[in-house]
Amino acid sequence: MNREAAEIRPGQVPTPSIVISGVTVRYANGVTAVNDASFALGPGTICALVGVNGSGKSTIFKTLMGFLKPAQGLVSIAGMEVRAALKRGLVAYVPQAEEVDWTFPVLVDDVVMMGRYGHMGFMRLPRKADREAAEQALERVNMLEFRRRQIGELSGGQRKRVFLARALAQGGQVILLDEPFTGVDVKTEDQIVGLMRELRAEGRLMLVSTHNLGSIPDFCDQVVIVNKTVLAAGPTESTFTQDNLQKAFGGALRHFRLEGASLHADADERRVTVITDDERPLVFYGDRDHEKPAAGRKDGQP
Amino acid sequence: MELLLEPFGYQYMVKAIWVSALVGGVCAFLSCYLMLKGWSLMGDALAHAIVPGVALAYLLKVPYAAGAFFSGLLAALAMALVRVRTQLREDAVIGIVFTTFFAVGLLIVSINPTSVNVQSIVLGNILGISDEDVIQVAIIAFVSLTILLLRWKDLMLVFFDENQARAVGLSPTRLKILFFVLLSACTVAALQTVGACLVIAMVVTPGATAYLLTDRFGRLIAIAVAMGVTTSAVGAYASYFLDGSTGGLIVVFQTALFLLAFLFAPKHGRLGARRAARVGGAA
Repeated sequence: MNREAAEIRPGQVPTPSIVISGVTVRYANGVTAVNDASFALGPGTICALVGVNGSGKSTIFKTLMGFLKPAQGLVSIAGMEVRAALKRGLVAYVPQAEEVDWTFPVLVDDVVMMGRYGHMGFMRLPRKADREAAEQALERVNMLEFRRRQIGELSGGQRKRVFLARALAQGGQVILLDEPFTGVDVKTEDQIVGLMRELRAEGRLMLVSTHNLGSIPDFCDQVVIVNKTVLAAGPTESTFTQDNLQKAFGGALRHFRLEGASLHADADERRVTVITDDERPLVFYGDRDHEKPAAGRKDGQP
Repeated sequence: MELLLEPFGYQYMVKAIWVSALVGGVCAFLSCYLMLKGWSLMGDALAHAIVPGVALAYLLKVPYAAGAFFSGLLAALAMALVRVRTQLREDAVIGIVFTTFFAVGLLIVSINPTSVNVQSIVLGNILGISDEDVIQVAIIAFVSLTILLLRWKDLMLVFFDENQARAVGLSPTRLKILFFVLLSACTVAALQTVGACLVIAMVVTPGATAYLLTDRFGRLIAIAVAMGVTTSAVGAYASYFLDGSTGGLIVVFQTALFLLAFLFAPKHGRLGARRAARVGGAA
């Protein structure tokens, strides 16, 4: 893996990838947050990171951001060590709304420009290329007209889009999104998903932590299910099953099941199962529990 | 007219004015960061915690800055230790540690009354500042100001969003340590001008005032520094006529500007808010 990194020359955009193999992360107080976790993701991917609160989702994010160092195992991003990938600005991060101080005296423009710091010199003076990148990013998320606003003056969806624009301006090939759909309306969610699909088509890799189980089959092609370790990882169709979710969530999800007999009078034994983590519910319809989840959930609001 | 120029005829006044202005400026710069993080009381705590260091330094005849710095560091470590080992909240931890240090400082001074004048530590004594102290203060302020001017954007990013700082390849831990080293150093410098009790005003009020006047961090710094420099210089100058405490005057001027901003700031002041509410109500 290190040999591969040495071959990548500066200036050339490396192919995004995340490889986590046998990773164990312990906090300073000795608590093991994640034990022997492994998964691998390649370019052109949107991957959902799913699990209950405290299952190690944010630990995995923090490890990928170099904030935590694994006690065991290997983490590599685009074939390099985390630090090297961060130094090259390959990893962009879209924070949870609660993590941001919205009263901070910065304008939308300033926030997006923060994505360009890695491209600027020592004094962080923006050049023409930086201004253009920031403007294009804002244009792309439809926020150009709000560029002179202080960030606290924006709505929930607009705030999310500003931070997405920052990730775009940075040119991150691996984008980590922490709960991007919390507190945004359906319209914004669709916009964000649309943008993520475009980014996937460009070959970028996105890892999305979300409680919004219902929309995962809609736009994620890969799923990583965690609970103190990686329980299952792979293509959504084969991985995002009722069995796996049961293992990950246990009793933590709302679970409704309507047997065939109560749905209709005929002999059709298919049943409807609704699983929700308090946001958009996940609906299974069929006679087998490992059936792949139903897409098309537009009217599935809880 | 002649009367107004009179202070400039005295070398000690000229010295007091420019040293105050310098210290006021650099403290104002730091205040922009402290107040946004809710760390304003850290400045106060540090100022009190360095008193025993200063007292001991005078006693042992070593540069007071070294002593101050050492005890400031010790206090910061003590706070971190108590914070990690107990469930106490930040304010209680700060309160316990800084009063302890301050008490020890007073004790040292009272046991060796000749070694140092306690009043000059608590209230500052810019008018009687010695030439060696001027050099120390000037070096601290110039170095700090230079570092801040070069790194203000990186520090802003670390204070605003540590994860993003990491994502663009910065080291938040290193930059935070840098910030606290600068803060300790500048608190030591400010101790000379306004004294331990009023340092808090120097590292809070300018930033807080500027916050009411702008939504951009760069301008926030510019306004705060301009305010810190002006109020400190004017405060030192005015103390000649009023024959009052320089520190007291500086802080009174800063508070006056804060009140003006509080009332009349176009967007975040009381009048502005009322106007906005009226317009919003009519719409």
